[in-house]
Amino acid sequence: MTDTKTPHAEEQKLLAGDPETTGHSWDGIKEFNNPLPRWWLWTFYATIVWALIYTVLYPAWPMVNGATPGILGFSTRANVAEDIQRFDDMNADVRARITEVELAAITPDENPDLYNYAIQGGAATFATWCSQCHGSGAAGVQASGYPNLLDDDWLWGGTIDDIHYTISHGIRNEDDLDARYSEMTAFEGILSDEEIAQVVQYVRNISGQEADATLASAGESVFLDNCAACHMDDGTGDRFLGAPNLTDAIWLYGGSEAAIEETVRHSRFGVMPPWSADASPAGRLSEAEVRSVSVYVHSLGGGE
Amino acid sequence: MSATEEPQKLYAAREPVFPKRVSGTFRNLKWIILLVTLGIYYITPWIRWDRGPELPDQAVLLDLANRRFFFFWIEIWPHEFYFVAGLLIMAGLGLFLFTSALGRVWCGYSCPQTVWTDLFFTVERWIEGDRNARLRLWNAKWDIRKWRLRLTKWAVWLVISVATGGAWVFYFADAPTLLVDLVTGQAAMVAYATVGILTATTFVFGGFMREQVCIYMCPWPRIQAAMMDEDTITVAYRDWRGEPRGKGKTRETLGDCIDCNACVNVCPVGIDIRDGQQLECITCALCIDACDDIMAKVGKPRGLIDYMALTDEANERAGNPRKSVWKHIFRLRTIIYTVLWSAIGVGLTVMLFIRSDIDMTVAPVRNPQFVVLSDGSIRNTYDVRIRNMTHDESLFQVTVVSDASLQVELEGQEGNTVPVPLDTTYLQRVYVTAPAGSPAAEAERTDFRFWVEDLGTNTRTHTDTTFFGRDTE
Repeated sequence: MTDTKTPHAEEQKLLAGDPETTGHSWDGIKEFNNPLPRWWLWTFYATIVWALIYTVLYPAWPMVNGATPGILGFSTRANVAEDIQRFDDMNADVRARITEVELAAITPDENPDLYNYAIQGGAATFATWCSQCHGSGAAGVQASGYPNLLDDDWLWGGTIDDIHYTISHGIRNEDDLDARYSEMTAFEGILSDEEIAQVVQYVRNISGQEADATLASAGESVFLDNCAACHMDDGTGDRFLGAPNLTDAIWLYGGSEAAIEETVRHSRFGVMPPWSADASPAGRLSEAEVRSVSVYVHSLGGGE
Repeated sequence: MSATEEPQKLYAAREPVFPKRVSGTFRNLKWIILLVTLGIYYITPWIRWDRGPELPDQAVLLDLANRRFFFFWIEIWPHEFYFVAGLLIMAGLGLFLFTSALGRVWCGYSCPQTVWTDLFFTVERWIEGDRNARLRLWNAKWDIRKWRLRLTKWAVWLVISVATGGAWVFYFADAPTLLVDLVTGQAAMVAYATVGILTATTFVFGGFMREQVCIYMCPWPRIQAAMMDEDTITVAYRDWRGEPRGKGKTRETLGDCIDCNACVNVCPVGIDIRDGQQLECITCALCIDACDDIMAKVGKPRGLIDYMALTDEANERAGNPRKSVWKHIFRLRTIIYTVLWSAIGVGLTVMLFIRSDIDMTVAPVRNPQFVVLSDGSIRNTYDVRIRNMTHDESLFQVTVVSDASLQVELEGQEGNTVPVPLDTTYLQRVYVTAPAGSPAAEAERTDFRFWVEDLGTNTRTHTDTTFFGRDTE
């Protein structure tokens, strides 16, 4: 047995004698040829064996198009698809019923389970597909003319069935012939600059904003001749045509003089895609999803 | 150490302990505590307590799925977790109090490790016999008899272990239903896993590891030293009376200790108390019973091994009377522990009686901060969560108190009331509207107060929050 009293006995012995080195020498510093601990070596071999087995069983080696699949057929993508399928199956019954019940009957009182599913599922669908334009809080973006869905003003109607139709078919798109459609005239060149200035002041006046009284009163006849056909004589608009109510406090593109003048001169043409896969080939959502998101939007505070 | 000497071993094999049967005052006390604690543990989940048709009728139930804790007439919700924290602090302080007054009395009498080990010892004695028989069996060859005795003992231990693991899960679900599910194989995997783990720990800790759990695994023996002082009453040997120990009829030169080893033979942790206080001693007091029995037989007064404090030794050696037990116990330290313990206890009890049956939280919806309605009025939205902790469905009225004129509407409800089912947290979306041009509509922010009233009991609660107006832009 070695002398265990002296510290570093092993090192001293090596230094005193002629220890085996690897033969490498850098500026006189030599490298001892010390073997690795056996446990370390075996662990290392075990990891190599493990790696070989693993690369055969599981996806591993990168190839030109994807990686080697592995003989177990494991795939995280397939796992996710399985999970989605599992949850879809769990919800199949609710999804089936939600397409059968009258939309107006999906309420907390009449069908609480359907309502809960519609609110939760609708919120998820909204976040995925609608929030890009309407915002995550559904407040819209006025600068871009994306409507606020929380208020009580609706261009095409705010009942659950109106909302469902709008979501199903979209607005002013060519993918769905049933899409809600209307087109305001661009009045630049039709009306003179003076007439445009007058009608802008008139519109500001009927919506209760500050306006030049002289111009506004002169704008009334311009309005009645050119705008009232759609926006009605009193300016309250027509939901059948999607013509906005000009007398309330809500503006799709803004109620400033500049914004109104821009609308009168060049018109506006906001579009929305059709979402129902049943209603149009371009639709991406199932009927259950469209109905869920309709109930969700209807519940946000503006539903009629 | 010389060059040829073997280095010291870092591991010593366990010396098996074969405690002898003993009877006496403390043994009887231990029997009573054993029966009471095991009784509480096994029976509690089966006590029924009527709370009405929609709530569980189990007196003590930790309903993890619904996040409720039922304890007879008390029901604790997650937001009332401070009750549990308070009870844990009380348990801690109680442990400090008892340790500083009476030493490791918890370890000796009521620790589950002690209680179950005691139970397992009882089974062992019943099947294999007392100390000498067990020693012989230990050294015997593995013949049919040894196998029979061992297997019988292990089987009984296993039954106790399964019952122990089984009883635990009954605290977390309806016991009668779960028992049927467990037996018919329909219970959840987690229930079986829990029963399995607790069966294994009971079997191994109680049957095989025993005192090693206390000596090597438990942190409490290390911590308790900080709780003890010279007035702490603990188990000790009167060496000034007993020494020099020795066998024999002529006792002029000898002390009272006849060196019969009775105290060593009954010790469940395998120590000799005559060596003085030591880490392994759980103060189970069985050596006191054993020694008292011997002292009675040899006609000496009892108490050669006895409960006493360090200061008693000095007094007795000097021939002075020892302090009374109560003087040992009532000292600044124990009084402080008692006061703290009682203060928390009183606080929790008061909280229990004054806590409200209803509660609300308000989360303002700030995306967007406000909505302009067509008439120019400004609307804010709030997610109001109403907790109905009573056992009746009730109508709750939501109102707003503010200097400004604010109107309340509840999404999906007629008027400003909403029915909330019993024992539920109900999420109600609430709209608060300020008329066009009103101060709240034009200002940046207006503080106001939500009131919620349970119209069934007229209990009210409130939360302050803020209304955002146009000026926020």
